[in-house]
Amino acid sequence: MTSHASRQVRNKIIGYLIFLLVLALIPLFTRIGLVTEFVQNLLMYSIIFAIAGLAFNILLGYSGLLSFGHAAYFAVGAYTVALAPQFIGNTSFEVLILLALVASAIVSMAFGYIAVRLTRIFFAIMTLALTQLVWALILKLYWYTGGSDGVNVRAKPLLGIPFNEFMSRPEYLNTVFYYYLLGIFAISLFIIWLIVNSPFGRALLATRENETRAEFVGIRVRLYRWYAFIISGVFTGLAGALFAVLNGHVTPEQADWIFSGDIVFVAVLGGFRFFEGPILGSIIFTFVRQYAMGYAIFWRLILGSVLIVLILAFPSGIMGALNSIANRIRAGSRVLPAATTPTPTAITDIKHHQDGGREK
Amino acid sequence: MSIYIIFALNALLFASVLFLLTAGLNIIYGVMRIINLAHGNLYALGAYVTAWVLLTVGYQAFPGPLLYIVPPIIGVLVVGLGALIMEPTLLRPMYKRIEEFQLLITFGVLLILEDLFLLIFGPYPLSVREPYTFLGVSKIGDLSYPNYNFLVIALGFIVAFALWFLLYKTKFGIILRATSLDREMAAAMGVNVKSLFTVSFVIGAMIAGLAGGFIVTKDTAVLGMGIEALVLAFVVMVIGGLGSMKGAFVGALIVGALRQIGTAYFPEIELAILWLIAAVVLTIKPQGLFGR
Repeated sequence: MTSHASRQVRNKIIGYLIFLLVLALIPLFTRIGLVTEFVQNLLMYSIIFAIAGLAFNILLGYSGLLSFGHAAYFAVGAYTVALAPQFIGNTSFEVLILLALVASAIVSMAFGYIAVRLTRIFFAIMTLALTQLVWALILKLYWYTGGSDGVNVRAKPLLGIPFNEFMSRPEYLNTVFYYYLLGIFAISLFIIWLIVNSPFGRALLATRENETRAEFVGIRVRLYRWYAFIISGVFTGLAGALFAVLNGHVTPEQADWIFSGDIVFVAVLGGFRFFEGPILGSIIFTFVRQYAMGYAIFWRLILGSVLIVLILAFPSGIMGALNSIANRIRAGSRVLPAATTPTPTAITDIKHHQDGGREK
Repeated sequence: MSIYIIFALNALLFASVLFLLTAGLNIIYGVMRIINLAHGNLYALGAYVTAWVLLTVGYQAFPGPLLYIVPPIIGVLVVGLGALIMEPTLLRPMYKRIEEFQLLITFGVLLILEDLFLLIFGPYPLSVREPYTFLGVSKIGDLSYPNYNFLVIALGFIVAFALWFLLYKTKFGIILRATSLDREMAAAMGVNVKSLFTVSFVIGAMIAGLAGGFIVTKDTAVLGMGIEALVLAFVVMVIGGLGSMKGAFVGALIVGALRQIGTAYFPEIELAILWLIAAVVLTIKPQGLFGR
């Protein structure tokens, strides 16, 4: 690694730390009245979405696999937290998180095993369809899941301390739970960052750029994709577990295809070619949705139109737009390998290769 | 005994609708290599427009057999018009781009259409039962079966035959299949690929609209019907093989039968059974039963 690249990594890490520090100061701002509790609450939803978006982007951004099914793992995580206390009592949240991780790992292992046999369009369809299966099961097995009414989730003890017993719910959410959430976000950010920058992450990039060549270099493409799928599913499940407590209520909506679409949207809005893209996307998405829904009930109309405009005009999202502005300002700036878009020729290249192979 | 005949007829009815949906998806996929996620909502659009025509103009305005021809045709034409606008404006810029973008564009259309239905037709289901009840029922043993269902079953077979004729017995079909096999060679032979894409997209969408137009008097036009239909059409596509007409036909029959068995005996896990079968087919034969 050149000193140039390592300086870049250091700058990035400093950037993340400043970002986390600002987030850590938010409850203080709330206390002195600079930020309303409502805004802080929205920020917590953004952080949860950001975890799901980062997890989703391991697949779309780094493996080139578009999943329309991340609602499934999110819902599995959320419902595990909601339903497990019936069987094991009101334990500390960590136990429930652990169970949620295990549950989403099992589901994503099973779904991933089927889905990674397919690529591109078919992968997207398969994941969409498998999510509908989870949604249908949650809806139909109503004697376990409460059907369309969903399940209420009470505040949980954190780190074994029953904060929920001596704090009101808003106080609990805005103080201890906020920092708990932030801590988990920081850890997830760090782990996902390590994963995508590891040799494994590089191998995933290789499979994204050219599957055939990656296979020839000795990367076991399908196996690697399956691993990426499971990692992605587990972190999405973690986001779901956090969501259950924050929201206080889980419904089949969290397993719905529209919700999968929201996660896709978060990544595409922020810029899925960038590691930070989903974080930016989720903050903007959560706040804009909250305010747009106040004025217009036709939220999906707006969402769909923005998505189409993004794809047609800004395929690299807000991060891409910001990046190109920044690059224009200081010309000759370097572009990260993860930020390069695969050219259409690279894709058609593979197609020709495969078509040719089939005909001979 | 007669209950089993009814089960079989229901399976055929269901298969017929599924075939119409999947046939459209398959034509579009076969020629353009695009999966249109908004396909289910084009089906819903056909249903909504047909119901809306019947409700605003009134079913009395269509004497005799016209009741079963004019309103669905209006629905089909509106869907065709929508597809005619959608393909050149939204899909054409996407052919050279990576496939994820093609999916995302059609996903955007899906979201927009879903809210447009809410905006234009309101949150309540549109229901027109008259054309359905006018045809009466047939006696099967001591049970009765609505005649309208026979019409829908017949429609599936008629469209299947028409598509087979179009694809295998006409010059247009030869061009379509040639382009599907090798786009560049077809273009080199003088095929106007651009307009062929538009035409096949419109045909595929119109078949979905037709299915919607006929199903709406039997069921209702309701929000979310598009995505439900889309997901089932995917199952058929996955089982039958992508882009294969024979696959769509056989797959629709399989899924129709399975769905009927599922709803009759295991209503809770009916969808799960379908996906289990799809997963088994994919694991054993990833390209589907008749996929290339």
